[in-house]
Amino acid sequence: MEGKNQIVFPAETLELVAKIIKRYPEGKQKSALLPILHLAQAQWSWCSPEVMDYVASLLHISSVEVYEVASFYTMFHLEPVGEHVIEYCRTGPCCLMGGVEVYDHLKQRLGIETGETTKDGKFTIKEVECLAACGWGPVFQIREKYYMQLSKEKVDEIIDELSK
Amino acid sequence: MKILTEHIDVPQIETLAVYKKNGGYKAVEKALKKMTPDEVTEEVKKSGLRGRGGAGFPVGMKWSFLAKPEGVPRYLVCNADESEPGTFKDHYLMWKSPHTLIEGMIVSSYALGANTSYIYVRGELMYVINILEKAIQEAYDQGLLGKNILGSGYDLDLFVQPGGGAYICGEETALLESLEGKRGNPRNKPPFPAVKGVWQCPTVVNNVESIAATSWIVNNGGDAYAAIGVGRSTGTKLISASGHIKKPGVYEIPLGITVEEFIYSDEWCGGIRDGHKLKAVVAGGSSVPILPAEMILTTATGEKRLMTYESLSDGGFATGTMLGSGGFIVMDETTCIVHNTLTFARFYHHESCGQCSPCREGTGWMDKVIHRIEHGKGRKEDIDLLVDVAKKIEGNTICPLGDAAAWPVAAAIRHFRDEFEWHIEHPELATKEGAVFMRPGASWAQ
Repeated sequence: MEGKNQIVFPAETLELVAKIIKRYPEGKQKSALLPILHLAQAQWSWCSPEVMDYVASLLHISSVEVYEVASFYTMFHLEPVGEHVIEYCRTGPCCLMGGVEVYDHLKQRLGIETGETTKDGKFTIKEVECLAACGWGPVFQIREKYYMQLSKEKVDEIIDELSK
Repeated sequence: MKILTEHIDVPQIETLAVYKKNGGYKAVEKALKKMTPDEVTEEVKKSGLRGRGGAGFPVGMKWSFLAKPEGVPRYLVCNADESEPGTFKDHYLMWKSPHTLIEGMIVSSYALGANTSYIYVRGELMYVINILEKAIQEAYDQGLLGKNILGSGYDLDLFVQPGGGAYICGEETALLESLEGKRGNPRNKPPFPAVKGVWQCPTVVNNVESIAATSWIVNNGGDAYAAIGVGRSTGTKLISASGHIKKPGVYEIPLGITVEEFIYSDEWCGGIRDGHKLKAVVAGGSSVPILPAEMILTTATGEKRLMTYESLSDGGFATGTMLGSGGFIVMDETTCIVHNTLTFARFYHHESCGQCSPCREGTGWMDKVIHRIEHGKGRKEDIDLLVDVAKKIEGNTICPLGDAAAWPVAAAIRHFRDEFEWHIEHPELATKEGAVFMRPGASWAQ
């Protein structure tokens, strides 16, 4: 974990932050909170209290305003995660398409349960609700990428590829 | 008849050049240069277009409620927080053809007199957000956004706002809270967003599909749109088809075809997967009541059920359901209704914002009780307990999430009570892998 002093966005991200804040009327910069939390998580992989304090300082809001928002939305990781966070959809339509079996295989393959991270820090598995891709289920997401129509074989291929 | 998806498979339709070559942005040209904002609103009213996110409220009427005090900015916010299980049409449309939405945003913003508009997209769809932002930049570069659009004197800035993963933000006041950088807790109404929306300014919130349809309405007139469909179900609807069908995907249907045709015709779902039979359908996203095969195909009065708002709800909740978001989930005889209901109950438990106690506590109860039934630990009194909890949530919450959570549980018990009883009476059978209850004499159990 980096020390507090190292938590600063690179210059080009700071420019982007300034641009995002301009999307909203004067004085309504708090509206930029979700977009900037996404940027922060992309930068530091999870939203530590230090990261959230930093986001608060950028928006001139109190830290607790960031904590209460980050903890409300499921996309923000409030604990450290692995390099690849696999978020699989556990809702009805994906289950109809054999999701449970595929996800069990995923857990077996990585030797971890939902919510855990592999010892080498490479993979974390999380379960999420509907990802709006029900016709192409079962589905999981790793960062911005959707992996659809999953089968056990396809899961193996994806894990092989990401383990390289 | 295709309105939104006619060119969706044209290669590179996501670029402005190809979109324009296929007739794109004509509506912006027409609306901004030849029509007044009120004329645009009038056409949308005439079209009979109803909110495509699920509620089905007439779009033109919603627009006419927008307060227009002098000197106060007003906003159009597009609800692209598509999260209703079974629904993936907006995802598909924005991913494939972002300009279809952007064009609709310009036309609709013009009609409402909004000079800044937002598209609120669920955060999981970050790759779609990137596609939209690229397309928006193209529109700015071509003078279709920004100052003095096409020399009309009308200014519009358009931004994409990512959500953070919360179903509740599909509820319009929760969405506005979220857009303000807060937790997605729905607001008490009134005041309605049309009077006090984002940052307490007058705001219209419309679904992606609703906004996208306005371009065609401007080009062809509200009457032409209203000529498609049946009665008060005008125009076309994107249906997200998933589950045990041969061809899952997004289909744009003219409202008014029969449910039977939609499921079995090769033009649409292509029928149930080989060797299987239709057991049940959730026709409008996870919130709407599940119906067994015979009830989804035929109304209680023996008519063929149609894909319309009215026909799907014919018979009320006793024998009918709702068109909702058009999330059409098809289940064959291998489906365990208890397990499917459990995934929905778990979903609403997870997604309840926690503001109202009937929903916060009730969704937890339903999840827990169905979980124990599914896992062979159900008690005889559990079924009535579930009915009771569902009844106590329904109508007792600030926003419709409470109803949305109660309906699927109540309907599953209404139509598949024997399956719940079987789970409770035969836990050793019900928990066996792959074991599914077969109702004696049912069409799917033959």
